[in-house]
Amino acid sequence: MCGTPAWVHVTGASAASVYRVSRTRTERLVNLVICLLSTRRFLTAAQIAATVPGYEHDPDDARDHEAFQRKFERDKAELRELGVPLETGTASAFDAEPGYRIAHREYALPDIPLEPDEAAAVGIAARLWQHAGLAAAASSGLAKLRAAGVDVDPQATLGLEPMVTVDPAFAPLTAAARDRREVGFDYRVPDRDAPSRRRLQPWGVVCWRGRWYVVGHDLDRAATRCFRLSRVVGAVRVTGEPGAYQPPPNEDLISHVARWSGPVERTGRATVLAAPGRAAGLRRWAVEVTAGPDGDRLVLPYADPDSLAGHLVGYGPDVRVLDPPEVREAVIQRLKEIAVRHDELAVTGGAR
Amino acid sequence: MTRPATRGGSRASADRLARLLNLVPYLLARPGIEIAEAAGDLGVTERQLREDLELLWVCGLPGYGPGDLIDMAFDGDRVTITYDAGIDRPLRLTPDEALALVVALRMLAETPGVANRDAVERALAKIEDAGDLVGAPVAVRLPGDTRRVEALRAAVEGGRALRITYYTAARDETTERVIDPLRVLMVGGRAYVEAWCRRAEAVRLFRADRIDAITELDEPATVPPQAVPHDLTEGVFRPSPDLPLITLRIGRGERWITEYYPCERVEAGDGDQWLVSLRVTDLGWARRFVLGLGPEVTVVSPPELAEQVRATAAAALDAYAVPAPTVVPAPAEVDPVTAPSGDRAVAAGTQ
Repeated sequence: MCGTPAWVHVTGASAASVYRVSRTRTERLVNLVICLLSTRRFLTAAQIAATVPGYEHDPDDARDHEAFQRKFERDKAELRELGVPLETGTASAFDAEPGYRIAHREYALPDIPLEPDEAAAVGIAARLWQHAGLAAAASSGLAKLRAAGVDVDPQATLGLEPMVTVDPAFAPLTAAARDRREVGFDYRVPDRDAPSRRRLQPWGVVCWRGRWYVVGHDLDRAATRCFRLSRVVGAVRVTGEPGAYQPPPNEDLISHVARWSGPVERTGRATVLAAPGRAAGLRRWAVEVTAGPDGDRLVLPYADPDSLAGHLVGYGPDVRVLDPPEVREAVIQRLKEIAVRHDELAVTGGAR
Repeated sequence: MTRPATRGGSRASADRLARLLNLVPYLLARPGIEIAEAAGDLGVTERQLREDLELLWVCGLPGYGPGDLIDMAFDGDRVTITYDAGIDRPLRLTPDEALALVVALRMLAETPGVANRDAVERALAKIEDAGDLVGAPVAVRLPGDTRRVEALRAAVEGGRALRITYYTAARDETTERVIDPLRVLMVGGRAYVEAWCRRAEAVRLFRADRIDAITELDEPATVPPQAVPHDLTEGVFRPSPDLPLITLRIGRGERWITEYYPCERVEAGDGDQWLVSLRVTDLGWARRFVLGLGPEVTVVSPPELAEQVRATAAAALDAYAVPAPTVVPAPAEVDPVTAPSGDRAVAAGTQ
């Protein structure tokens, strides 16, 4: 066996300092962050290699140098991915080679003075996400607040907690709306046989009654449109450059979604006869219940006779409509059609 | 939330780097903290935390001499950072982190019946500010019956067992039952009470809008140790394979059911028709469901459901063949949904 590191043989007092030069990737990256935070001058890759442990190489050996460059590129990418604001520039007008530094002001989380009850609320909010990616983002955000000295009571509750679930299109559409980039996606409406391709300038994403929508300017329809996120098929394609459009100022995004689902006025009154002890669902809905010899008379408020008829048909012989005739007729008509359909089925032998 | 795909090993290394960059300011803010407490707080094992500290201890400013390296003092099981080498603050929130926190806080602030809404709103304002997200492109509104949810929350916080009048849609029946509440939840814009149900002897979710009356009992809520809260990551109704599977042939106008009910299979059939398969908790419910959907829906399987639908429709038609009784004026108004009035009854009204 060969390749035993030389420092293994070092003993005694210097062993500790030898331990201090053990190399790992994470260690190299922590040192890189500290080094770039501490410098005001932009440091070139060569200067960084000569300073930060872990980048030692022979710049005159082409292969060795190339390996260093790849390593350094990977490290920069990892820092940027983490959100480290890596600045690029040159130390002076005479320098051709780019250098790097990190401005502490850009790096550091500003002070967020949260009261204990506010911190508890953030802690609760962070665990509401049922979406893996957002849950990870929320908890790493919370970890930063903790690191800034905020103490979060893990036991706190607000008595009632929403479970926050989102559709897969949430993340790309929110990011596109934030960056004002045009997107394209395939959109499936159940009434249509095939999804259609849509192009949108997203203004924002809206949660209304537990469902998510995106609101924006539909480029093909040249009009404001809302799309339900659960109907987006496949990946959202980001097609435009950032900052490509300006959403209308002070737009109430919710109003575009909510206008389609206002409260229903139930001004109609139907009277039905319900078998004793049956049709519990209708009884809860009744505004009047009168016991009689042939069953209970329920007075039901309704808006649309046809949808009421559908509902009443579900109860079969337990419920008979007395009034109004249009509901009664609609129920009878539906029953006849259902009976005929399933009669045919019985004749042809049921399932196929 | 949208990190580029990273190679297997480097994900763990990115997580560790994030943790290490947080660790120094975390400890700096809490001089002399016990290692066990810090580990618990940070969600790592004590051993992992010690390894992290060992790694930090070899990092520092260029020069990397004794005065340049991050330093810490140990006192028994306590640790104090004595030199931070310049990483005295955590990193700024990334846009994704700030958005995840802001959206969840907006959800909380919009949830009807949440306690201490004021604290939620103050926290939201501060995080929006720090994350530069005052104009974040996400809006939330969760309309709900605030009064009813408040009443429920108060009843659950009271810590007593509750007697509820509950409508079970699956069996179309209203029953009285005693429950030991665990928590109040909001899922998909609807409020639920999760509780140990003494009648079912199991943990059940009760939809707030189907609780017709609540009475607080004179005994504390006692949740048995075997009670496990539901895993709601996949929604409230998770069809299990032992439930009956029904297959329907549906017309174009009924395709909406594929968006409202978790369907196991959806296939195009003849013409406009789709074949849709879904699991149901109860064939009686399925019968009412199919009848209610109307003439454009046919049961394909199971055959007994098809037969039930046919027989029910036929029986209902027979009933209509008999002359209808005349509508007589109602003598008195009876409210069918108010519970027998108890001292602590919370009126919940109908929906």
